Amino acid sequence: MLQVNNLHAQAGEKKILNGITLTVNRGEVHAVMGPNGSGKSTLAQVLAGHPAYEVTEGTVTYDGQDLLDMEPEERARAGVFLAFQYPVEIPGVTNAYFLRAALNEVRKARGEEELDPIDFMDLAEERLKLVDWGPEILGRMVNAGFSGGEKKRNEILQMAILEPRLAILDETDSGLDIDALRVVAAGVNQLRRPDNATVVVTHYQRLLNYIVPDVVHVLAAGRIVKSGGKELALELEAKGYDWLTGGPRAA
Amino acid sequence: MTTSYLTDFDAIARNGGSKAPWLTGLRRSAIDRFAAQGFPGAREEDWRFNNLGPITSRSFPLAPVVAAAPTTRDVARFLYSIPGGSALVFLNGRFSPELSTPAPNVDGVTVSNLAAALGTHGKVLGDHLGRYAKIEKSGFTALNTAFGHDGVFVHVKAGAAMAGPVHAVFVSDGSTAGAAAYPRNFILLESGATGAVIESYVALQGGTYLVNTVTEAVVGEGARLEHTKIQRESEQAYHVGTTHVHQERDSHSTSFSISLGAAICRNNLDVVLNGPGIEGQLLGLYMGRGRQEVDNHTSILHASPNCSTREVYKGILDGTAHAIFNGKVYVTPEAQKTDAKQTNRNLLLSDRAKVDTKPQLEIFADDVKCTHGATVGNLDPLAAFYLKSRGIGPLLGRKILTYAFAAEILEELPYPAVRSGLEALVNARLEEGVEA
Repeated sequence: MLQVNNLHAQAGEKKILNGITLTVNRGEVHAVMGPNGSGKSTLAQVLAGHPAYEVTEGTVTYDGQDLLDMEPEERARAGVFLAFQYPVEIPGVTNAYFLRAALNEVRKARGEEELDPIDFMDLAEERLKLVDWGPEILGRMVNAGFSGGEKKRNEILQMAILEPRLAILDETDSGLDIDALRVVAAGVNQLRRPDNATVVVTHYQRLLNYIVPDVVHVLAAGRIVKSGGKELALELEAKGYDWLTGGPRAA
Repeated sequence: MTTSYLTDFDAIARNGGSKAPWLTGLRRSAIDRFAAQGFPGAREEDWRFNNLGPITSRSFPLAPVVAAAPTTRDVARFLYSIPGGSALVFLNGRFSPELSTPAPNVDGVTVSNLAAALGTHGKVLGDHLGRYAKIEKSGFTALNTAFGHDGVFVHVKAGAAMAGPVHAVFVSDGSTAGAAAYPRNFILLESGATGAVIESYVALQGGTYLVNTVTEAVVGEGARLEHTKIQRESEQAYHVGTTHVHQERDSHSTSFSISLGAAICRNNLDVVLNGPGIEGQLLGLYMGRGRQEVDNHTSILHASPNCSTREVYKGILDGTAHAIFNGKVYVTPEAQKTDAKQTNRNLLLSDRAKVDTKPQLEIFADDVKCTHGATVGNLDPLAAFYLKSRGIGPLLGRKILTYAFAAEILEELPYPAVRSGLEALVNARLEEGVEA
């Protein structure tokens, strides 16, 4: 589904990704781990088309298409979803309006009919259960005044409504208490299907207790330095990153 | 071009003019004042950013009676359905009882047109008219005082409350190029009274006309006023307006100002806090596109202690539009414990649009909390990316984010009908895009 090959990217003059290669297949969950500054969030944002980053080398193929040649909104309509590490507040626009506008753009791209507000509400109320929320959240302004945990939960709600084929969760666990973490992880797990894939970007192993990965990649200095099964995450939890990255406390 | 106004004035005076000597005197001193000072010019600080040439370089004779009077259906799109509300419709400045909906009878409340009130409430008007919006303020105020003969009149006696807002709808028919109308409004809320007035300035069709309007509002001790001005003139027209709110102790007032229309619009809003414990809110939204020029000059005089004011004006400029915001806050030495917050935020949708924003704080008391902030910027690229990442492309994203910028003001508008009506107008503007 997703082939990343020798991906290099930079922000301004600063090189951040220095040759990432990885393949994600349908039905798989990949975890991308690494210390701060290793480039894992940049990878997530580059895949979504964040304008702050420039790809200088390499290719990304998504479902046979050149992902890097697509505008961010085209990627989203093709089923790529980024759950933001820092979701953006949009006061003045209700969650309901935002979600319906987004869903209808995606549905149009899929050749499906747009949903009117009534049909949308039916769908939204059903998906709200996945994140253990009531309908009142739909009347609130997008992320405005939300707590950190609410913002992350709202990202998963958007994901539940848009039903992406490739979901990239960028540090979705940061700033979550254990109850919120469980809710968010349960939502993600219920959205897993044999024909979609999930990339979980995280610093800590904690989230992976709930969203169990098939493959774990460790990033350092913009490269994948090790890949393995889910047990690699546990090893990182026990030993830290330095033994892989050559940091000061390398074993 | 001042002489034509003087000639017009003499013609009206000869044809009867006013019966009340105080009014004849007020109008005479106003036209004399105008003859002496003329129109303001760019050398005056308060007008230095304005392009008044199109208004001052030609004369605007009094607008004629509307030839083909519009029907109720023609003006229905300008009206709001509000419980307890009433509507006074003026065509080219003249009251149209046929198109108006009278206010429900409430003890202590008078809502009528000003020309009628000169007969029924001559004493009240004689005591107040022209006392707040002074003819010395500018040539425009002087001209309005000289020529203004009708508008909305509200008098709410002590402790009484209006059943709902009165909506004064000033309709220009637009068919007579270069015609002028001078709406003159007066609001008196006695102590503990409650009142609400909406002024709309609209056009039946495009046209190059001038509306020069003045509103004086007196908010008595502990009274509450909600004043809303909606300027949606023809985009070829000129609009110059002054609203003067005079507040007594412990009173509340909220002033909304929405400006969408006119080639050149100048709104003056002067608020005087003449007693302790007063609260005031000044909320504004202006939109400019094409070559529109929209100017909001607000002035708040904190003349007493323990008063608080909150001012938020937001502007959305597209095309080669030009916006001016000047927010004056004057705090006298007596006005300790003043709490004044002022914000002016501008969103530029085009790199050819322009904003001159100027907070002007003059503070002569030491124990006060006065803040101000002005911003001029573009749409937040991070927010635009957030929308794109959800499948919402740049065009729809721009509309959503621009609407969101305006929503902070629109959400605070009173009455669901006014709110949704203006939301629809703003959305239509965003649909239509850059050029008028």
